[in-house]
Amino acid sequence: MMMKRINKITGTLFISTTAISAFFIIAVIIILVIIIIIGGKDSFSWEFLTSFPTDGMMKGGIFPAIYGTALLVLIMSVAAVPFGTITAIYLTEYASEKSILAQTIRFAVRTLATVPSIIFGLFGLGFFIKFVGVQMDSVLLGGQLKWGQPNILWASLTMALLTLPVVIVSVEEAIRAVPREMREASLALGATKWETIRRIVLPGSRSGIMTGTILAVSRGAGEVAPILFTGAAYYLATLPVSLSDQFMNLGYHIYIMATQSSNVDLTLPIQFATTLVLLMLTFILNLTAVIIRSHIRRKAK
Amino acid sequence: MDNPIENKDFVFTSESLRKKFRLSEFLSEKIITGVAFLSITIIILIFFFVFRETLPIFGQTKEAHKYESVVKQEQYGVITRDTIISENQTTTEESITQEPDKATIKSLTGKEWLPVSDRPRYGLIPLLVGTLKITLIAILFAAPVAILAALFSASFAPSFLREIIKPAIEMLAGFPSVVIGFFALMVMASFFQNIFGYDTRLNAFVGGVAMALAAIPIIFTITEDALTAVPHSYKEASLALGASRWQTAVFVTLPAATPGIFAAVPLGIGRIFGETMIALMATGNAAMISINPFESVRTLAATIGAEMAEVVFGDTHYSVLFLIGSLLFVFTFGLNALAEFYVKGRLVKRFQGK
Repeated sequence: MMMKRINKITGTLFISTTAISAFFIIAVIIILVIIIIIGGKDSFSWEFLTSFPTDGMMKGGIFPAIYGTALLVLIMSVAAVPFGTITAIYLTEYASEKSILAQTIRFAVRTLATVPSIIFGLFGLGFFIKFVGVQMDSVLLGGQLKWGQPNILWASLTMALLTLPVVIVSVEEAIRAVPREMREASLALGATKWETIRRIVLPGSRSGIMTGTILAVSRGAGEVAPILFTGAAYYLATLPVSLSDQFMNLGYHIYIMATQSSNVDLTLPIQFATTLVLLMLTFILNLTAVIIRSHIRRKAK
Repeated sequence: MDNPIENKDFVFTSESLRKKFRLSEFLSEKIITGVAFLSITIIILIFFFVFRETLPIFGQTKEAHKYESVVKQEQYGVITRDTIISENQTTTEESITQEPDKATIKSLTGKEWLPVSDRPRYGLIPLLVGTLKITLIAILFAAPVAILAALFSASFAPSFLREIIKPAIEMLAGFPSVVIGFFALMVMASFFQNIFGYDTRLNAFVGGVAMALAAIPIIFTITEDALTAVPHSYKEASLALGASRWQTAVFVTLPAATPGIFAAVPLGIGRIFGETMIALMATGNAAMISINPFESVRTLAATIGAEMAEVVFGDTHYSVLFLIGSLLFVFTFGLNALAEFYVKGRLVKRFQGK
């Protein structure tokens, strides 16, 4: 009797501890979001989103940072989505599950997903800028410095490497959700493997490619470490027009304003508003991806 | 009439049934396989190029002489090289140019990180101590909270709560680290200072707690997956023997999922170890050796992030930063490999009863 009681009390205590842990995490998330919303809502306006910074970034808006971020994720997607999709097609349609090659590729993808983002920054500097860029300069421009320095192309490609695993994992899941019967029906009608992939598998996994792209964009918009020394700039008076220009970035803008600004307190509302914009951007993107993904999962069942 | 079966010319032979060679099929398969190699290639390239930039530290110890700085300049195609520094290097005497390179390797194990001074010292010990301190604080926060929360979500929570908890924590994984860093810098730092009343506002404790926020979603998700993957028959058997819900969770589900949890913690550590933006913003960035959690620290990743932008390309300092990058890369690669081969293999074996 006594034993049973002790057991029951321990059980209740244990279950409440786990519940408290879960609610603690949720509470921290809610507090974080609320504080950033409260801190940023006064400076947040349409004008803030569409105007340039003024008075040495003390006042004004963040349009160049939004524009730079958009351009970054656009070029990044152009690079990462096709390569990620093709890799996912290989893993699901061509490679056998047990083959060493497929397993090595899977391991490489998972490793890519866990490499710290600052390492991608170093790689972008060592490979894209100091190797590819410098070579391009000496071959194409006869040593004139154009590509051998940080710019938006190298930053986007660096970011594409970082987001490649995100695309691969999402697309793979979507391709697996295409029913086997559809492939078999297509093959039975005389279509070849490539025709089946092109006409049946790819259209069937369109929403998965979409999810992958959105998640990659959300990740790419928020990461700062890879672009610290591959192309982001403190302040630019003009928008980037060519691939060899530097660019401003939302996350980098927050970092600079919060740590390197001459008067941190004075610009605090602007910083909160910029953080709010970045948080909203990634939140909306992630939410869209989650909705599409749950739709795919329901369809797969 | 034009039904092919009635057509007398259409006969199935072993020849006609054989798979035809088609160029488009052949090409598409080769191209797709080729592209799939890209991920492997990238990993190898990262290894190669990050290590390549560290070589000057080790390569120049023997033949350090007066022309060295000139050679170095050519190798790295430095154009933006700081004039003051190159002037310094070319005018220094032979004996002095020879010293720094030997001194560099020796100073790597030293206790001082003073890369920008008359006699630069690149002691990695304070950075290592700082990184380990932050990692320890962060994992001590993140691991218990995330594992307990995962246990709640997988074993105890009613399904409607589970539908809230899981997506919410996955949302946290989508928060950019610069946002968490900003929150730590502006809000958490002052909040903790008011509670504990320590002197340095930005310190290892604030940074560690902020990094725990970044690691919690990773540990939670993997642990939760491992817990829900435990076969139902295990739980049913335990419940049928008269064990209560919490006893089943603690003595049956949790032990069965331990390999998954052991995979989750290294991945969380890897995330904390390489986290740059939170470290840059919330830890104070002072390279000192102490075990006090309320003192500023400088982590390995933050050092790269803070100093790479100002460094002279091809300089010793530049190479040392790449060396730090190599250390980070090797460490996270090792953690991932550990989680991958050792732990997942055991998990599969356990559930298949082999």
